[in-house]
Amino acid sequence: MAKVQGAIEVNEFTCKGCSLCVEACPTDVIRLAKEVNAKGYNFAYMFDPEACNGCSNCAMVCPDSCITVYRVKLAETA
Amino acid sequence: MKGNEAIAEAAIRCGVDGYFGYPITPQSEVMETLMDNKPWETTGMVVLQAESEIASINMLYGGAGCGKKVMTSSSSPGISLMQEGLTYLAGAELPCLVVNVVRGGPGLGTIQPAQSDYFQAVKGGGHGDYKLIVLAPASVQEMSDFVELAFDLAFKYRNPAMILSDGMIGQMMEKVEMKPFKPRWTNEEIAEMHPWATTGKPASRERNIITSVELDPNAFERFNLKLQAKYKTIQENEVRCEMINCDDAEYLFVAYGSSARICQKAVDLLRAKGIKAGLLRPITLFPFPTKQIQSLAGNLKGILSVELSMGQMVEDVRLAVGQSVPVEHFGRVGGVIHSPEEVVEALEKKIIGG
Amino acid sequence: MAIDIKEIIKPENIVYKKSSLLTDNVMHYCPGCTHGVVNRLVAEVIEEMGIQEETIGVTPVGCAVLLYNYIDIDWQEAAHGRAPALGTAIKRLRPDRYVFTYQGDGDLAAIGTAETIHACNRGEKIVMIFINNGIYGMTGGQMAPTTLEGMKTATSPFGRDASHDGLPIKITEIVATLPGTSYVTRQAAHTANSVRKLKKALKKAFLNQKEGKGTSFIEVVSTCSSGWKLNPVDSNKWMEDNMFPYFPLGDIKDE
Repeated sequence: MAKVQGAIEVNEFTCKGCSLCVEACPTDVIRLAKEVNAKGYNFAYMFDPEACNGCSNCAMVCPDSCITVYRVKLAETA
Repeated sequence: MKGNEAIAEAAIRCGVDGYFGYPITPQSEVMETLMDNKPWETTGMVVLQAESEIASINMLYGGAGCGKKVMTSSSSPGISLMQEGLTYLAGAELPCLVVNVVRGGPGLGTIQPAQSDYFQAVKGGGHGDYKLIVLAPASVQEMSDFVELAFDLAFKYRNPAMILSDGMIGQMMEKVEMKPFKPRWTNEEIAEMHPWATTGKPASRERNIITSVELDPNAFERFNLKLQAKYKTIQENEVRCEMINCDDAEYLFVAYGSSARICQKAVDLLRAKGIKAGLLRPITLFPFPTKQIQSLAGNLKGILSVELSMGQMVEDVRLAVGQSVPVEHFGRVGGVIHSPEEVVEALEKKIIGG
Repeated sequence: MAIDIKEIIKPENIVYKKSSLLTDNVMHYCPGCTHGVVNRLVAEVIEEMGIQEETIGVTPVGCAVLLYNYIDIDWQEAAHGRAPALGTAIKRLRPDRYVFTYQGDGDLAAIGTAETIHACNRGEKIVMIFINNGIYGMTGGQMAPTTLEGMKTATSPFGRDASHDGLPIKITEIVATLPGTSYVTRQAAHTANSVRKLKKALKKAFLNQKEGKGTSFIEVVSTCSSGWKLNPVDSNKWMEDNMFPYFPLGDIKDE
């Protein structure tokens, strides 16, 4: 069956580390970084990229429009 | 035609886009006349009865922000409710016209004429350092003429303007010569003439924001200084007043609106007695004719500020002449109107005999 | 991983990105604030409908006062509670424009109650967006007209006492009773699903305006992490457990 692979890009400068994306992700892709950005927030990042299916739920709930979502269909596998 | 009706007729004729009001005596004829005329069928002017004076003035804010010619009218208690909106309009530098057909206060007061809203009109009225452009008509003709003048000044300086009338002129009937019809501005003309207005953001310009908030202290100080510079320009260029028998006057009345009409009779009575009296009638209350009063001061033995108040404009007259000339106040209040004879007597008692 | 991440992160593979109508200004809202989501959805709806040039927004006094910094359209900033009066005049004088107001609970349901009710009653052809988080956020967490019974705020430190302050006002149910409203709904924005539903509601409201229908009124039950003194995730949970039973989600009127 066709499988999809997703990915997200988080704007580390504008992310406020609210965690709503972490909570919204059905496949547990996102975590907050240990580092902080210039504003002192632990920004979100893809902790488990392979699990991302590009569903966009993280971007839906992001109050700061920090997340861009990508998705590709992978070739059928046996 | 009544003064209040003249305001309404003039509004339709000079291309006003919107009137938003709330009924209050003694000026309800303004909205009644407009509704009767159905200008939405002819010029396209919007006339809407709001739920309060607070809503009315904020409708003016919304309409003025779109670059439209918008106005309201009310009387003293209603104008008090509009002060919040007026300071926002002044802070956002929006043009509009507010007509105050003044009645006696404080409080619910009386529906009879008064001039006791002078301070509120010329000193700002709401919070913050701002001014309204204030015109004081003394006839039904001026009630009509000042509608267009007020809009001209309001748009020239992007500042709210007020016609400060009173119940006497509002209810008084006189012949009026109406000006010819002027078409309302089209939306395209507005976008061209008032590039600051919220007309919908095309790709060709930055978005327009109508606001009075500025959280940066330095920027807000600069804005306040800019406002003050504007008021100074208005003070220098827009003073209007009428001088009657002032050339050789030894005694001067300063009076506006209905009090000026009474003082004009008082001048005649005094002249008949051989007393050289004159009248200076401020037509603009802000800007106040300070220099014009100063120019007469050298020949004067005394000035009587005659107002239907306990003494408000008299402070500006005193500021104009300082200690150089004695300045006194005379006025009846509570809806009582002084007679020319009372005014003569007051001058004789307070100035000539004093 | 079957595919290199660089192969995925390419413009042609974008399925969601920030609306082009949102400016580059970083929003001043606290982390996790519902305002950010609703601001974004408004921008997306305006962008998707292609009505940037035809839309005039009215911002309130409160946390959304600076909303005009974020969406690239013409704006007017109203006095506290007066946005519906501005919206009324703008729409009446520019019926060719889409007009919407955006207010919080203190603005819309306390100081501006008269303007809210009468704009709805006249059936002003505008969209009214109402952010209800049960607290005054901007002024530092005081009791709002929609603060829940027992809820502690800066001005109800022992919890809202119904015998003293009354119960929270359901202004949305009130405006639904007015003949002037055509669409009245209560939504949320705490999950991806609720965000998608809210966006549909917003779009419907703007389309109603296009069709000349009466007032469209959209309440968004929202969080205020700072005011509630909870983190954003716990705020969502608290909202589900406490706000939703009193302010149930769904369409109240759709004509």
